[in-house]
Amino acid sequence: MTTLPLLSLAIWVPIFAGILVLLTGDDKNASSARWIALLGALAAFLVTIPLYTGFNIADGGFQFQEGYNWIPTFNIHYHLGADGIAVPLILLTSLTTVLVVIAGWEVIQKRVAQYMASFLIMSGLMIGVFSALDAILYYVFWEAMLIPMFLVIGVWGGPNRVYATIKFFLYTLLGSLLMLVAFIYLFYQTNSFEVVDYYRLPMTLPVQVLVFLAFFMAFAVKIPMWPVHTWLPDAHVEAPTGGSVVLAAIALKLGGYSFLRFAMPIAPDAAHYLSGFMITLSLIAVVYIAFVALVQQDMKKLIAYSSISHMGFVTLGFFLFNSIGLEGSIVQMISHGFISSAMFLSVGVLYDRMHSRQIADYGGVVNTMPKFAAFAVLFAMANAGLPGTSGFVGEFMVILASLQKNFWFAFLASTTLILGAAYTLWMVKRVFFGEITNAHVAELVDLNKRELLILSTLAVLVIGFGVYPQPITEMTHATVAQFLDHMAQTKLPAGL
Amino acid sequence: MNGLQTDLISALPELFVLSMAMFILITDLFLKPSNRIAIFVLTQITLLGAAFITISTHNPSVTYAFSGMFVDDPFADVMKLMIYLSTSLFLVYTRSYITLRGMFRGEFYALVLFAMAGMMIMVSGQHFLTLYMGLELLSLCLYALVAMDRDNARATEAAMKYFVLGALASGMLLYGMSMMYGATGSLNISEVASALLNGSQDKPVLVLGTVFIVAGLAFKLGAVPFQMWVPDVYEGSPTAVTLFIGSVTKLAAFAFVIRILAQGLYVLAIDWHGMLMIMAVLSIIIGNITAIAQTNLKRMLAYSTISHVGFLLFGLMSASLNGYISSMFYIVSYVLMTLAGFGMILLLSRKGFEAEQLDDLKGLNQRSPWFAFMMLITMFSMAGVPPTLGFYAKFAVLQAALQAGFLWLVVFAVLMAVIGAFYYLRIVKLMYFDEPTDNTPINNPPEMNILLSVNALGLLALGIMPQRLMDICAYAIAHSLQ
Repeated sequence: MTTLPLLSLAIWVPIFAGILVLLTGDDKNASSARWIALLGALAAFLVTIPLYTGFNIADGGFQFQEGYNWIPTFNIHYHLGADGIAVPLILLTSLTTVLVVIAGWEVIQKRVAQYMASFLIMSGLMIGVFSALDAILYYVFWEAMLIPMFLVIGVWGGPNRVYATIKFFLYTLLGSLLMLVAFIYLFYQTNSFEVVDYYRLPMTLPVQVLVFLAFFMAFAVKIPMWPVHTWLPDAHVEAPTGGSVVLAAIALKLGGYSFLRFAMPIAPDAAHYLSGFMITLSLIAVVYIAFVALVQQDMKKLIAYSSISHMGFVTLGFFLFNSIGLEGSIVQMISHGFISSAMFLSVGVLYDRMHSRQIADYGGVVNTMPKFAAFAVLFAMANAGLPGTSGFVGEFMVILASLQKNFWFAFLASTTLILGAAYTLWMVKRVFFGEITNAHVAELVDLNKRELLILSTLAVLVIGFGVYPQPITEMTHATVAQFLDHMAQTKLPAGL
Repeated sequence: MNGLQTDLISALPELFVLSMAMFILITDLFLKPSNRIAIFVLTQITLLGAAFITISTHNPSVTYAFSGMFVDDPFADVMKLMIYLSTSLFLVYTRSYITLRGMFRGEFYALVLFAMAGMMIMVSGQHFLTLYMGLELLSLCLYALVAMDRDNARATEAAMKYFVLGALASGMLLYGMSMMYGATGSLNISEVASALLNGSQDKPVLVLGTVFIVAGLAFKLGAVPFQMWVPDVYEGSPTAVTLFIGSVTKLAAFAFVIRILAQGLYVLAIDWHGMLMIMAVLSIIIGNITAIAQTNLKRMLAYSTISHVGFLLFGLMSASLNGYISSMFYIVSYVLMTLAGFGMILLLSRKGFEAEQLDDLKGLNQRSPWFAFMMLITMFSMAGVPPTLGFYAKFAVLQAALQAGFLWLVVFAVLMAVIGAFYYLRIVKLMYFDEPTDNTPINNPPEMNILLSVNALGLLALGIMPQRLMDICAYAIAHSLQ
């Protein structure tokens, strides 16, 4: 075991790098801002690698723990720790940040330093969310992350950005404040903000249901689950490419992760009690939202709806309460992180050239951008869940798990393989294949080195984890087993 | 030590401030206008000296003076130090503003110091009459300050309104106090409290007296339904004076409420906490919802103050030590945030131009990224978003209310906080997402730029490390009450 405070480094290296970038000032120094940002993001990625190499896969508990007294008045600690669910997500975050910085290299010309700094700071804050073991520390990271995202969408976003970003902020704030009330309530039951103390707290069913619903409000908005998903398409469409990537790849996972860290283990009986409700919402997201995606005219909107549909799989897997389902959900979260990043970056590639996201404005892109088309088709296939890509692994595991529970769950869930293929491939067909439809498409230039680098990194990851998902499942296995053990025990006080 | 000596030592800061105020008033007569900066320096020295006296005479015990009419306890000392600090910041922020508007005169500084002496007496009063005297000293100075820009019709109107309504509130307060006197036979706060503990008084008189006192206090705090004067006075007064009314005086009003309700009438908590609850809920609703409709920045901040007062009452209505500590933490945070917020308005104002419309903030990020960031911190702090001080302030009062069992009220307050977040976000939107319409360079004395930055960054620093401030509030309350 190493003695370095690895999690603290993972959080604070990007944040300090972000502050450093901010200090470069206005756009006269744009290129130094870019280089500092890239070095910072790489450094931040490097410090997360020991989390993977040093991880003990036999241990399902929290590793790399750090704890200091922070606010003794309320017994709040700076307590960090990561288990097999958190570590893959932390790595995903730091890797995505590197890609986002590279992706914004030439595209962002206005207020470069602020743009790069926002992403670096956000990355640190999100890693904080994944590794906080103190409820208030977690809450601080969770909320603070909204501020840079608010600015990213609002400053560098599309025409309707103000509406989208305020909607995003208020939606998320509403949910999370209810979560804060739940935390304060739990504090008065345990006199502690330690998450693990909450795991042990017995509560009656009505109380558990209320606590669960308070968490549900916060996390369901973030994931987002149907019917509180309406902020996501707006935010995605208006956000700059980098913003969309971070939202889809990481921010949505914050919600999924938090269900596993808070809502379910703190109120396990309520989770069982409400599992039918949760599964219903998940299936509605999977099936209904997939139909909604089918009719979208805007590429980013289509991918946004496809994200909601895929996240429906994640929550479905959570509430089946078996290990295949749960591991499938976690694999799905990671894989969706890669695939949605890739999809949004691909749209970004097109948007940078044509300044349009409308499917109807394209057609026959393959003729002018053959290399790009190859990547785009690969990612589209992965999004549709083609075997051999990472998109297949998670979905297959969740479908398998739901089949054990109920045939119809599995039936409805597997319609996504058809619908997902339908909306993704139809979009690919309309954008890439056929004759060149207009003069703008005819002038398109194929990928440059920078774009090639990003997309091939993601392609390697998508295929790599599709063929060999072992690293993720191995890592999560012990944690999942421990989680399910905990979930199987009732927390109702004796006699009730 | 004989009695007189104790008396004088306890009231030494007040005596010092009063004598310095008179000294400044006289010195001003002999100064050439070009040397008037000396008055500013002298006032700052007075604040420094008062702080020095307060700290050096500080001890953690409670000392009564002037036959129990006056008290020197840790709560008073901490509140006084906060008053010095915020007055000092206020004077730095307003110096260039008042110079440009012809208000940079000895009277301004003398009035501020007299008002401050009034506040110090309110903080230390242990007798209904002492408290009342302090309040009137403060109020009279404020009326004069509001009307000081005497050719300004709006300011004169605001002063009239403030005076009439303020006098009405004082009358109500006095009437309530007289009922308390009738029921308990004393005006001394400790004696009133112990008389109430015996509980042989006529209940209707007590309740009626409490109603009048609470109404009077609510007027001074600006809680709904006694908030009508707040937006008009905030808007009409010169921004410098608005800053004073909106920030420093709230500290004194809070101390006043603690002295009367928490120390004097705590036995009647069962009667007043319901009133505070209703006022808290109404203040949060009306403050937050009306603020959305404002286009004038000062009016918007006035309504935001009303909603902050609502949150403050959330802490007070718990009527517990924890509640008082958290509301003290809230008021201190609020004052720091307000100073930064109004400081920004003053920063953007210049000769012949008042930056008081929301649109005046447009594109600030392009004009000055640094101050836009400072305002960003301030706004998120007011909205209660971590990692800023405002978050812990809201957290503290909400946990106190939850501890007292007001679960659904807390849920309600939280929903209202989301509405509140909207209008703070709108300011961030104007600064960051819009193009500037006005490209005049921002030009201010360097000490103002530095202190305003320290003030705003302090909101962030205290948001990351709030423990020290919480300890101070807990120490002040726990060593002074009961």
